[in-house]
Amino acid sequence: MDGFSLSQKVMIGTALLGGMSGVVGSFAVLRGRSLVGDMLAHAALPGVCLAFLLLGTRNLLGLSLGALATGLVAIATVTVIVRWTRTKEDAAIGIVLSTFFGAGVVLLSVIQKPGVGGNKAGLDQYLFGEPANMLTGDLYLLGGVAVVVLAAVAMLFKEFKLVCFDTDFAQSQGWPTLWLDLAMMAALAVVTIVGLPIVGVILMAAMIILPAATARFWTNRLHILLLLAGALGVAAGLLGSRLGHDLPAGASIVLTASTLFVVSLLFAPQRGIVARVVAEWQMRRRINREHLLRALYELGESRLPKIAEIPVKDLRSYRYWNPKSLDRLLQWAVGDDLMKVALNRVQLTPLGLRRAAELTKTHRLWEMYLMQQANIAADHVDRDADETEHLLPPAVRLELEQQLEEAGRLPHSVIDVPQSPHQLESSSETEANNQQSQP
Amino acid sequence: MTKVAFEIHDMTVAYYRRPVLWDVDLTVPEGKLVGIVGPNGAGKTTLIKAALGLVPLASGKVEIYGKSYAEQRHLVGYVPQRESVDWDFPVTVRDVVLMGTYGRLGWFRRPGKAEREIADRCLEQVDIASLANRQIRQLSGGQQQRVFLARALAQQAQLYFLDEPFAGVDAATEGAIVELLHTLRSNGKTVLVVHHDLQTVREYFDYVILLNMRLIACGDVDTTFTPENLQKTYGGRLTLLDEAAEAMRKREPL
Repeated sequence: MDGFSLSQKVMIGTALLGGMSGVVGSFAVLRGRSLVGDMLAHAALPGVCLAFLLLGTRNLLGLSLGALATGLVAIATVTVIVRWTRTKEDAAIGIVLSTFFGAGVVLLSVIQKPGVGGNKAGLDQYLFGEPANMLTGDLYLLGGVAVVVLAAVAMLFKEFKLVCFDTDFAQSQGWPTLWLDLAMMAALAVVTIVGLPIVGVILMAAMIILPAATARFWTNRLHILLLLAGALGVAAGLLGSRLGHDLPAGASIVLTASTLFVVSLLFAPQRGIVARVVAEWQMRRRINREHLLRALYELGESRLPKIAEIPVKDLRSYRYWNPKSLDRLLQWAVGDDLMKVALNRVQLTPLGLRRAAELTKTHRLWEMYLMQQANIAADHVDRDADETEHLLPPAVRLELEQQLEEAGRLPHSVIDVPQSPHQLESSSETEANNQQSQP
Repeated sequence: MTKVAFEIHDMTVAYYRRPVLWDVDLTVPEGKLVGIVGPNGAGKTTLIKAALGLVPLASGKVEIYGKSYAEQRHLVGYVPQRESVDWDFPVTVRDVVLMGTYGRLGWFRRPGKAEREIADRCLEQVDIASLANRQIRQLSGGQQQRVFLARALAQQAQLYFLDEPFAGVDAATEGAIVELLHTLRSNGKTVLVVHHDLQTVREYFDYVILLNMRLIACGDVDTTFTPENLQKTYGGRLTLLDEAAEAMRKREPL
């Protein structure tokens, strides 16, 4: 490994760290323990300083053991505070985290004084991280930790999944939930501590939380989440140390991870903001189109089976339209061969009539159902029906029809509305939109 | 004489030194559908959790087919309350049902083809086979309850504990659960169900445990689910027990 240049070493090291903190962080995030990583990182600082004072050298393994020791003391302190006082867990974590960090900063300033300790160059890298100080031996340590941690996760995947999802059920099956929980925490602690010299105590929490939170936008399966979080961590490590080569490396790695998070937040399918806004917009557009078709059907209903020409003026006064959106709606409907517009008069095509009749039928069935079964007053029913009918899945529509028919309340005029050959198309569209519009 | 499936001897359970169940002593024969009934805070969930070893006993013991829970846990299936887990967790319906087989699989072994077939059969039994690949957040409350039931079925147990399976489910799911209970009984299983709706106790169960911090009565519905016993269970708080428990909690101030 001595053949590697410094920048190669930095890239390998940050990639290893990113990968394992992504995987281990996923369990912490799913378990609602994101802040434990943050606390471990901050509480490690006094341990690092104490270990340096004791050993007098900047040996990664020695300093890491010191960090681990004070990290564990911090976890124990939080547990004791929560168990024996009325302080809540988040407050206890805040108190312990800042107290230990304060102690670390004081110790650091003591060490910086001339005449204390040996070669202290690079000890303050623990504050903000500096991968460029990585030694070849450090790389071996990182690699060893990565192998052990990832192998443990691979072996105990089923057990970790069960404990994270439903601890009581796991315990009822006889799994040692306390020990499994501790194993997850231990993995988190070890990864956090070997990451400290690279990204620093202040930013280490981001390496734990960001890849997992980012991956959650893209998948609903735990094993894919773990792989993806690992890959995102590797990517953040590589890109961050590459792009920010003359910037503070820890910060640029974390900022790369946050960029990936923001991109996912915006553009992930289904869960992303853009996808949700688009689904919402499509839904609203479809509702407007359905309103247009139903308005035309109702305006021309008295003259059926002749298809009436409706003046646009009448359409405008029939219900409120945003003037621009009505023009757009008409253009769309003409393009889809649902209606013809000439000289400010609109006429449904036979295809448009069938679609409109189907929509009107659903609307009226739903109105009747609401009035008769749900006791909604007649003067409110139109609005209530309007809000829900667009979301009715086809199965419910069918049942509605059957129920009203069994009760002898399905009017003949409605039964007579011709069946649309496009019912399937419109209903599959309904379903697709329903799924998309779920938050 | 039928076998005894489940037995509690002189059990007392306390949370943070405050006793929530006093000196409970009861026996449930095999093949019964048992309703656990009592007011809020009566200790119904605690009774189940104590039986499953999820909360420590202050005194007494629990026996399943004559042996301790630790020896017999492979005979027990468990349906926790639906709100007890995070339904946004990244798993599918089939993943959750497969968890029922983990106990038999033991350490490190992954569920294979045989386990997946068991899971799919259990999903069919609760009529949600078509949802197997859905993320669990996309389900209705009733469907989520069915997932938990399917997971318990996948445990292939003899004795089932169900914690409020009827809470917040639709009428169709309620009917499906009742049907499932009858199937289980006809297969010789014993099922204990925490239940809130007094109206349906006679209809759903043939054995009942009346509970209000202590055991009020336990026995066949016909002889035990009487107005007098209900009066004892629901009528008036057991103020003396309450005060005693409170006094024990306060003995050492925090």
